Amino acid sequence: MKMNQFKGQTLSWELKDGVIELALHRDPCNEIGSLTLEELEKFTSALERMQSDAHALILYSTLKSGFCAGADLRELYRGAQGMERQAAARGVREFLERIHKVMNAIDSSPLTTIAALNGITFGGGFELALVCDLIVADKMARFCFPELRLGLIPGFGGIPRLKRDLGNAVVRDLLLTGRSFHATKAQQVGLVSQVVGEGESLRAARGTAAQLGKFDRATAMATKKFIKPIPYEELKQEIVIFCELFTRPAVETGLKKFVESKDAQPYLP
Amino acid sequence: MTDSKKTLDEILNLAAAQFKVPREKLTPDDDFFKTLGIDSLQALDLLTRLEHHFNVELPDYELQGVSDFRTLASRIQARL
Repeated sequence: MKMNQFKGQTLSWELKDGVIELALHRDPCNEIGSLTLEELEKFTSALERMQSDAHALILYSTLKSGFCAGADLRELYRGAQGMERQAAARGVREFLERIHKVMNAIDSSPLTTIAALNGITFGGGFELALVCDLIVADKMARFCFPELRLGLIPGFGGIPRLKRDLGNAVVRDLLLTGRSFHATKAQQVGLVSQVVGEGESLRAARGTAAQLGKFDRATAMATKKFIKPIPYEELKQEIVIFCELFTRPAVETGLKKFVESKDAQPYLP
Repeated sequence: MTDSKKTLDEILNLAAAQFKVPREKLTPDDDFFKTLGIDSLQALDLLTRLEHHFNVELPDYELQGVSDFRTLASRIQARL
């Protein structure tokens, strides 16, 4: 069964006219927890079966707040509560290995993949966008790796993919200062291929997907394989470093601070 | 109007329009989180709009702890 259409609690997809659209719709800003992960795994299984009928995949959010604010830190904190640190780290490792499998499946898909972004694109959301071949962002999209403030590194494959795609200055700025920047800056540094007006990214991505449909798939696939190698060894290393850092008391303190924060700016690094 | 006052005025106009608050209700020393009733995600939205409007780059850490329009204007002015 190809399952060309699915409507889940956190995401939905549909294959139509050779284009698969994966829509994220979990309030408040598509935080990635265990339910989203399960549905993403369901999607990648379906993707394998659908891709012979498609030439493009578009990822987008139906929420005005943004594309995705990253991992569900509240779920992560609650899950680790009362657990011995090594046991909590084992749970985190299992989650990371599963999400990496999802990310690698999209990254290596023979389809041309497009992230159509709006608003908050932070942490794991940024990492999800980085697996795509093309990023189309509306001018209000904002990018950030705020993990530093929790005493962590990005864990969904962000560092190896940032290094693959961008120059050292911007990679270090993002990862060592935890700052955020908007779509225009992201385009200037080579992350985003098109910046469009507010609320226009999905329309622009659909236009791009229609154009892609005119070309020979075998050529597009060979090109993608040549220009977008997947840094598997570094991705594995990222999981190891993340899990080592996760066992430190500073991380629990950072997560607690975030979860219990009444600060008006918990998302500001 | 001096450059600083002009910057402050433009910020107040932009905030009033974006968050649908009457302009006359906003004053330079207002805590914008309280006056505009915005959360952190909306604060980032405002930051992005200000960066586009003034064509400046404002690293988040420069705004750490800034919650009134006057200080915000001075940080932007310093980058113009």
